[in-house]
Amino acid sequence: MNTIALVGNPNSGKTTLFNALTGSNQHVGNWPGVTVEKKEGVLKFNEKIYNIVDLPGTYSLGAFSEDEIVARDYILKGNPNVVINVVDATNIERNLYLTTQLLEMGAKVVVALNMIDEAKERNIKFDIKALSEKLGAPVIPTVASKRKGIEELIKQSIELIEKDIDFKANISYGENIDKEVEKLKGFLNNKDLEYPSQWIAIKLLEGDKYIYELVNKDENVNSSNEFKNVIHNIKNNTEDYELEIVDKRYEFVSNIADLTVTLPDEAEETITDKIDKVLTHKWLGLPIFALIMLIVFQLTFTVGEDLFGELMGRGIEILSEIIENLLIIINSPSWIISFVTEGIIGGVGAVVEFVPLIVVLYMLMGFLEDSGYMARAAYVMDNIMRALGLQGKTFISMIVGFGCNVPGIMSTRTLENKKDRMIAILINPFMSCGAKLPIYLVFIAAFFPNNGGLVLFFLYLLGIVVALLMGKIFSKTLFKGESSYFIMELPPYRLPTLRNVLRNMWDNVSGFLKRAGTTIFAVVTVLWVLAMLPLGVEPYGQSSILGQIGLFIAPIFRPAGFGTWQAAVGLFSGIAAKEAVIATLGMVYAGVSQGAELVSTIQEVFTPLTAASFMVMTLLYIPCAATIGTIKKETNSYKWAIFTVVYTFAIGWLGAVLVFQIGSLLGFS
Amino acid sequence: MADISLIQLNSGEQGKVKKICAGGCATKRLYEMGFNTGAKVKVVKNDAGPIIVSLSGNKIALGRGLAQKIIIGN
Repeated sequence: MNTIALVGNPNSGKTTLFNALTGSNQHVGNWPGVTVEKKEGVLKFNEKIYNIVDLPGTYSLGAFSEDEIVARDYILKGNPNVVINVVDATNIERNLYLTTQLLEMGAKVVVALNMIDEAKERNIKFDIKALSEKLGAPVIPTVASKRKGIEELIKQSIELIEKDIDFKANISYGENIDKEVEKLKGFLNNKDLEYPSQWIAIKLLEGDKYIYELVNKDENVNSSNEFKNVIHNIKNNTEDYELEIVDKRYEFVSNIADLTVTLPDEAEETITDKIDKVLTHKWLGLPIFALIMLIVFQLTFTVGEDLFGELMGRGIEILSEIIENLLIIINSPSWIISFVTEGIIGGVGAVVEFVPLIVVLYMLMGFLEDSGYMARAAYVMDNIMRALGLQGKTFISMIVGFGCNVPGIMSTRTLENKKDRMIAILINPFMSCGAKLPIYLVFIAAFFPNNGGLVLFFLYLLGIVVALLMGKIFSKTLFKGESSYFIMELPPYRLPTLRNVLRNMWDNVSGFLKRAGTTIFAVVTVLWVLAMLPLGVEPYGQSSILGQIGLFIAPIFRPAGFGTWQAAVGLFSGIAAKEAVIATLGMVYAGVSQGAELVSTIQEVFTPLTAASFMVMTLLYIPCAATIGTIKKETNSYKWAIFTVVYTFAIGWLGAVLVFQIGSLLGFS
Repeated sequence: MADISLIQLNSGEQGKVKKICAGGCATKRLYEMGFNTGAKVKVVKNDAGPIIVSLSGNKIALGRGLAQKIIIGN
């Protein structure tokens, strides 16, 4: 099957184009770095099937950060038949810089001149034919979000697959460098290397350490002493060469742009500028960010819980009764009835009940992401982050973590600096993910029904504060050294499209439902069995295996005020997935007092204070298995995964104990 | 006008990038983000926190330390 790869700057509309080509439902955000891993989809055109690969957005194809390496490796080693280079028409020079790199790599390139409508609005004019001639590659104007120009783009790409043309950007890097390139090529030619020799030569001069290692390992090449001398010589001058090359490449791009693009003389103040005056204001920026988040949580609560939550709860109750009656009518054995009503409906149902809330939360977050506001949030947070030895971009991975820690941790790949990245990974679990929401909601409904939004807001805030404090500690102890420089694009504000907002929501909600049907179901089944065994004990009682496990763990939590075996089992199962905490509580409590609602049981067993300490515990303690796995994968070490498990547990426990002990001293109960 | 650093420009002022005096890595990144020699930069916001500049109509936020290393000429 033929493969078409999509490459482009962050925020150039690459993922939107991917969706338009494949009809797939990838999530798009109006901020840099949404795609951190390559994504694949299928395009059907004229009864043929093409494999479409969406690569992470990059400004360059050097070896700066993980996402650049992913993109570059794919183009070089994945051998896509054609590369569609998505170019943001409103920012042509910087985007063409990447184009020239693609051409230098010898890739077959089709340029999608995207967001051409926005460029027109800004009075940027193109001579598309000339641009195409200068680049030596077809240029197709597109508006991916409105699906304009897509068919033409597909046709051109397919045509190119068949053609056998050499793509090349013939950039002169000045006499000195050109001479060096030729010299290197002399050594590299006919050595059967993986990459074009011209490209390797340039990369060596750019000081690319991956290519350097590759060449150094190759016995054909490194055997000659002469070559070693040349390389040695280059190494001493890399800095000069490197910048000279980038500069010349830009000159090449500028020349093309000058001849083919007409920019307006003076950009007038745009709506984005006006909005930014307020949202990034010196004093107002942070309070506005806090206010926006508060509104998000309040709305989530009001709309999701008050409006739809009760309905959902009622629905599940009725469904449960109907199923129970059905089971009785068909004379099912009592253990089946118990398993279905107490185990599945008590457990999985307790989780599903919160779908409306999650729908609302993710729609609001999707709206913010799409609008372009999140980059501003990172901007206004940079001062605080910097004071803590972190940087603004780290905050983006933290916000992504609000949705789910797994993509949150993956998004740290855009951080160039190893130190920044490690810290960002280790503190991400404190960002309260959507799966923890049901836990808070049950406890809020039981004890703080009138201040739901506020309690949520403070929990999320506490997560941020703890994450930042730990970041500070890590940057002073484990990962010393300079924090990386801060540079980030602030994309123009866009009115989010309903399609995108719904898509973002569905991505998350479907994940939630999937977990409810798989992980949570499995956990509930295991726990239910453990609650029934050994045969003859009182189900859900202390003497069941489940109760015994809980009793064994429970003493640890006594200083935090919730040293019951049920709470202990709940927290334990939460390591599988966070929703399992509430599923477990739903099962063990609703199981005890037949038919009683979880909330009213919680009211009997917990107090407002222990509810608070329990929520703090669930907010901070050990992340779910999927997150632990991602930490292992991204840090490439079991050590850091285990470290995270241990230290988050310690922090969670400490937090819960502090809340309970200080609260008790202050006379709360 | 003598050469000054980007950080010394006030909001609304503009100039051309003359030179970047950062380490190799940061300099390259800046180039790639569009701060190449001769690029026209306009400062959109320069008070507290990272400075925001407009580079051919696109906004980029950059840390003050980094902005200090971008030398602006006329």
